Amino acid sequence: MSMAPATPAEMSEAGAPPPQAGAATAPRQRLADAPTLITVRNLKMHFPVTEGALFPRLVGQVKAVDGISFAIRKGETLGLVGESGCGKTTTGRCILRLEHATGGEILFDGKNLIDLDRKSMNALRRKIQVIFQDPYSSLNPRMKIGDIIAEPMLVHGTEPDKAARDARVMELLRLCGLDPRFADRFPHEMSGGQRQRVGIARALSVRPEFIICDEAISALDVSIQAQIINLLEDLREQFGLTYLFIAHDLSVVRHLCHRVAVMYLGKIVEMADCDELYGNPLHPYTQALLAAVPIPDPEIEKTRAHHIVKGEVPSPINPPSGCVFHPRCPSAVAECSKSVPEFREVKPGHFVACSVI
Amino acid sequence: MVARARRGAADEPGHGWGTVAKLLEIDGLRTQFLTSAGVIKAVDGISYDVNEGETIAIVGESGCGKSISALSILRLIPNPPGRIVGGSIRFRGRDLLQLSEEEIRNVRGRDIAMVFQEPMTSLNPVLTVGRQLTETLQQHLNMTREQANARAAELLGMVGIAEPERRLKQYPHHFSGGMRQRVMIAMALCCDPKLIIADEPTTALDVTIQAQILELMKDLTRRLGVALIVITHNLGIVARYADRVNVMYAGKIIESGPAAEIYRDPQHPYTLALLRSVPRMDQPRRARLDPVRGQPPDLSRLGDGCAFAPRCGFAVARCSRETPQLAPAGAPGHIAACWESERVSGALKRAS
Ligand SMILES: Nc1ncnc2c1ncn2[C@@H]1O[C@H](COP(=O)(O)OP(=O)(O)OP(=O)(O)O)[C@@H](O)[C@H]1O
Ligand SMILES: [Mg+2]
Repeated sequence: MSMAPATPAEMSEAGAPPPQAGAATAPRQRLADAPTLITVRNLKMHFPVTEGALFPRLVGQVKAVDGISFAIRKGETLGLVGESGCGKTTTGRCILRLEHATGGEILFDGKNLIDLDRKSMNALRRKIQVIFQDPYSSLNPRMKIGDIIAEPMLVHGTEPDKAARDARVMELLRLCGLDPRFADRFPHEMSGGQRQRVGIARALSVRPEFIICDEAISALDVSIQAQIINLLEDLREQFGLTYLFIAHDLSVVRHLCHRVAVMYLGKIVEMADCDELYGNPLHPYTQALLAAVPIPDPEIEKTRAHHIVKGEVPSPINPPSGCVFHPRCPSAVAECSKSVPEFREVKPGHFVACSVI
Repeated sequence: MVARARRGAADEPGHGWGTVAKLLEIDGLRTQFLTSAGVIKAVDGISYDVNEGETIAIVGESGCGKSISALSILRLIPNPPGRIVGGSIRFRGRDLLQLSEEEIRNVRGRDIAMVFQEPMTSLNPVLTVGRQLTETLQQHLNMTREQANARAAELLGMVGIAEPERRLKQYPHHFSGGMRQRVMIAMALCCDPKLIIADEPTTALDVTIQAQILELMKDLTRRLGVALIVITHNLGIVARYADRVNVMYAGKIIESGPAAEIYRDPQHPYTLALLRSVPRMDQPRRARLDPVRGQPPDLSRLGDGCAFAPRCGFAVARCSRETPQLAPAGAPGHIAACWESERVSGALKRAS
């Protein structure tokens, strides 16, 4: 069975439809009636911090993820943005069960992934695939590209026939914009971007339902990003795929996601529909993130004010009191260092955790 | 102009334009890799100049030879399988390709410094940050221990690291990604280089940290008069920081000119496609992106004609037979290698 209507080349040769504002919003509304695929409720991942090699002593906790909640509908893409260490990757890893969450629930297929036995989890794992951030370390340097892409099919037994598997590898290479001849090459013979496409082909190989894209396209150059974004959207449409799209490129997130959640130091500080979040960002951190994105137009950049938020994300071992963003926040008042702001719905579907607004 | 259409009398040494001092002149550089798949022409005859103190961006598709062209400048190409097979790279008049191993080692890190995407690969994890900085200072500038320590602390302060004396005693893993990149910039600045080559310096960083680092690099290079070659795939970064832009495709520079001109009126179909492929936050969301169609070329199997022709919406019969050379197109200082650039001109404006 063919996975997508055409290669990226053919799809774009057919001529992309002209830009129209309404076209992007129509499928977005249909989503409101779609069933929920995954629900994350009060998820916590607190890592112990120990000292001493021989007799490790517990000296504290890193609250990598500290009580976050969201749900994703079937066919929906939720963007998860925020700076490194904010817990977005850990959230993904908890869903994949690469980490054992210390609290909360992750409901998928009516089961709570957090306390699922290994056998049931293995059966579910085919449906949840991941596209990793790092194209260098995620590919085995001694394996040929073709074998790397075929590996998940072998692990999950989805394509037991060798000829069918080979054919599918060729199809996946083409889908991801790689010459099928790459099947016989090794990762070190490819550029960074070429390697990232291999990672995507590999994740797609077992026809998953839910894909966690962890900075999956950040390492690619723009022309390739556009192909992969279109590809991810086509696959979503055709197979009803659902994505958790973890990324730092806010322009890409705006294009690809239906809803966006902004994380900072283990917490979601703002969550809203894409248009609402970008058009009306309420949390000072969200505003800082948006201001940091350069616009690809020198004329605009010349005149645009560049308010760059100072400092770095503080250590999660010893997070600031009150609102965790207050030391970097341009709008902070005395109150902000004292009380933790409540994550509240300020408008239908628009949630924010800030006491100043 | 950044890349040269052809060498004219005015470009010859001693016949300069007066005020603009050429720091780096790359002419006909070719770098190849011998692999099981054949000869890969990673850099296939590129020529460009860098003036003192200016910021040049190199953009282009993954695998088009941006990194290899930059690494070639410092002769950091792994051999085998790679080899610089032709051209010259004049840095303040001296051809770097003719230098002995020892001479090029002295250029590296001293006159020309590099900042890579992943600072962890260029920092030694078992040495303190201070040790790594002072070693370079002592080695290249014959400083005493004390002088080097003082200078190292000064450098860390310059790149915005608080409490430099304390931080010097720490190891790279004590630093965040953004802080490590600041350390890398401090190391690059150690010996007062004339040129810094930054290969995707902020790609691995968060948006707010990326903005901090780029602002820092811009500020320092301006203040110290250091020229910068920045390799990036982020067209927003190019727009905000670069004076001039080289667009590469399949091992060649196919368009070059002032940043404002390249973005306002691209003359090569590839550049046009590149600009149209990015989602922009300042514009209404599009239903679909317009990617550069087709697949990147296999650099081991390039035939005659323009390498972009198979993916090009403007291609005519001639394009697959004859390779176009860089020639003036559009505004002064703007050049492109396209037979049909007259038709491409103005297309961006018409599309939006
Ligand atoms: N060690 C190597 N052996 C064989 N081929 C190589 C090697 N290193 C690079 N190449 C090839 O040389 C070409 C240019 O590579 P280069 O790393 O310069 O690309 P790039 O433009 O920097 O891409 P990216 O944006 O992905 O970093 C690529 O086609 C790549 O496959
Ligand atoms: Mg590169």
